[in-house]
Amino acid sequence: MATQCPRLSPTPVLSYCDSGASGNKSDHHQNTNSALHISQRWMPQCSGRLLALHANAGAQKKVGRLERTAAKVGVSSEWQQMLSWPLNVASTADMKGRSSSGGPYITSDKGLGMSRTIFFEVEILDSKTKEQLCFLDKVEPHSSVGDIKSLFHKSYPKWYPARQSLRLDPKGKALRDDDVLQNLPVGTSAILYFRDLGPQLGWTMVFLVEYIGPLLIYLLFYIRVPYIYNHKYTFTSSSHQVVNLACACHSFHYIKRLFETIFVHRFSNGTMPLRAILKNCAYYWGFAAWLAYYINHPLYTPPSYGETQVNYALIIFVLCEAGNFSIHWSLNSLKCEGTKCRRFPNPSKNPFTWLFFFVSCPNYTYEVGAWVGLSIMTQCVPVALFTFVGFIQMSIWAKGKHKTYNREFKDYPNLRMSILPFIL
Amino acid sequence: MASGEEDGTVEEKETNNKKRTKGAIATAWLTFYNIAMTAGWLVLAVAMARYYLQKGTHKGLYKNIARTLKFFQTFALLEVGHCAIGIVRTSVIVTGVQVCSRIFMVWFITNSIRQIQNEESVILFVVVWTITEITRYSFYTFNLLNHLPYFIKWARYNLFIVMYPLGVIGELLTIHAALPYVRRSGMYSLRLPNKYNVSFDYYYFLIIVMLSYIPLFPQLFFHMLRQRRRVLHGEIVVEKDE
Repeated sequence: MATQCPRLSPTPVLSYCDSGASGNKSDHHQNTNSALHISQRWMPQCSGRLLALHANAGAQKKVGRLERTAAKVGVSSEWQQMLSWPLNVASTADMKGRSSSGGPYITSDKGLGMSRTIFFEVEILDSKTKEQLCFLDKVEPHSSVGDIKSLFHKSYPKWYPARQSLRLDPKGKALRDDDVLQNLPVGTSAILYFRDLGPQLGWTMVFLVEYIGPLLIYLLFYIRVPYIYNHKYTFTSSSHQVVNLACACHSFHYIKRLFETIFVHRFSNGTMPLRAILKNCAYYWGFAAWLAYYINHPLYTPPSYGETQVNYALIIFVLCEAGNFSIHWSLNSLKCEGTKCRRFPNPSKNPFTWLFFFVSCPNYTYEVGAWVGLSIMTQCVPVALFTFVGFIQMSIWAKGKHKTYNREFKDYPNLRMSILPFIL
Repeated sequence: MASGEEDGTVEEKETNNKKRTKGAIATAWLTFYNIAMTAGWLVLAVAMARYYLQKGTHKGLYKNIARTLKFFQTFALLEVGHCAIGIVRTSVIVTGVQVCSRIFMVWFITNSIRQIQNEESVILFVVVWTITEITRYSFYTFNLLNHLPYFIKWARYNLFIVMYPLGVIGELLTIHAALPYVRRSGMYSLRLPNKYNVSFDYYYFLIIVMLSYIPLFPQLFFHMLRQRRRVLHGEIVVEKDE
């Protein structure tokens, strides 16, 4: 039973398991020590502590995941132990290099046909200056890009993983977090290029910020705070009923959205860069201010067809809000993992979900419908413009989603359009 | 198997032929368009020179060339179409912004507000536009005919460094001169109350337009500078993507 450690790389730093390289045929304890010492000199930024952290953290994480997967698959506990054995070996090896068997990082054949695990080394370079930022050795081949990002974060605390973009080629596409190292087209030594994506915010935070703005800004215009309108109208209320109704509807719309963001939607771990958030917020907040200005203006003109127009528009608004909520609820019950869903959404007993017979994204349809209702109710051009721009944007999203559904599910119904039944 | 391959190559040949004929038609049209535009702006340049030499003053010059200017500047809208259908490899947005700002100046400022037509700033930007457009269209023409003399390439990628800022100054001064007249006449404005519950104040709109030059002009200018570096010095410039 050979415990000959394979040469992991040409550099002496890494091949501390190869007794030939270090010229020291004594126990591995000494080899490991000297090799770590070399690596510390070589890579001041990735200290020896990092290697240990990697071994322990990565191993612990992996043990959990592997064991969980094994349990799910229904593997017996003995096999579970077998599966997690190489990692257990790694985690039990401490920095002094005292190991039970031949070397902390190499598995030996246990007579079960398990092959030797080759460890990868990962070099991370800045994609613009090409200078070396970090060097990770002894990376598990089945570790993901996400794991590498966590390791990189430990050397550079200000670059949390969501902010990192790693790619195989400086001008290529960014790697996904769930890409596995050994499935990438690299040898055992990988070079990744790093780019800082700038500060990021999680999806929940993004939506909370985007929706709280319009809610509060509209209310400020509704109560007519000073310096917006003529000073004699400050803190007065409008004589028209429809203005109060419009305020109630608008506020309900955004409160419902905030509620859904907190309690209904399940977001993937994605984030959004700060600049995009500022742009979105400027758009939502600015438009809300513009339309609120006109609806709550002292010289506001109520709709031409009076109460009838307002009542019908209100019915449309309420129905569409209910529909929108039903769709979000049914999407929530789909049990998707991030962006991958096992089934596409289908109509259920709720009549509002019957729109699924005709469109892929009825939530957008209902959203447009609600805003159309509000436009008719207020008879206000800025509201209609907001509806129109929103419709354009949501159509683009709906078309993309529709295409994804058609691509992923072979039995996707043909009758469905993306956002407007039979039309779009 | 063999017939399948043949079908494949026949289809390929057909699409290649289609592409080639499309390419030939597109090139022919673009060549015609660019020659026509070069000629038009040359006519404009000659008309301006003649007027100034005859009358010795710039007063009334704009009125003289107004129709030609409006015609050829409006015709430039076609360029947005060229980018949209892909026969010209430029961003639709960049071209769109440039053409729109020109159309706006010609139709909504100098055409509508008579009182500023004799301002010096108007002459400034019209002269700048003429020089820039003649250089640009002759550059495109020669490029399409594959006989580009170096001095035209040099002019296209160097004159803008002076012309562009001068043009912006001329345009901004013109809009600024127009402001008092807009305010007094209340043109193009919609006041409350009205049944559409919207208002539009052309005066404040013009102020916003003037302010928008601040972010837009550097972006367009540096875009041209990057193109210049790429074309004249063959540098590979890494674009900042979002």
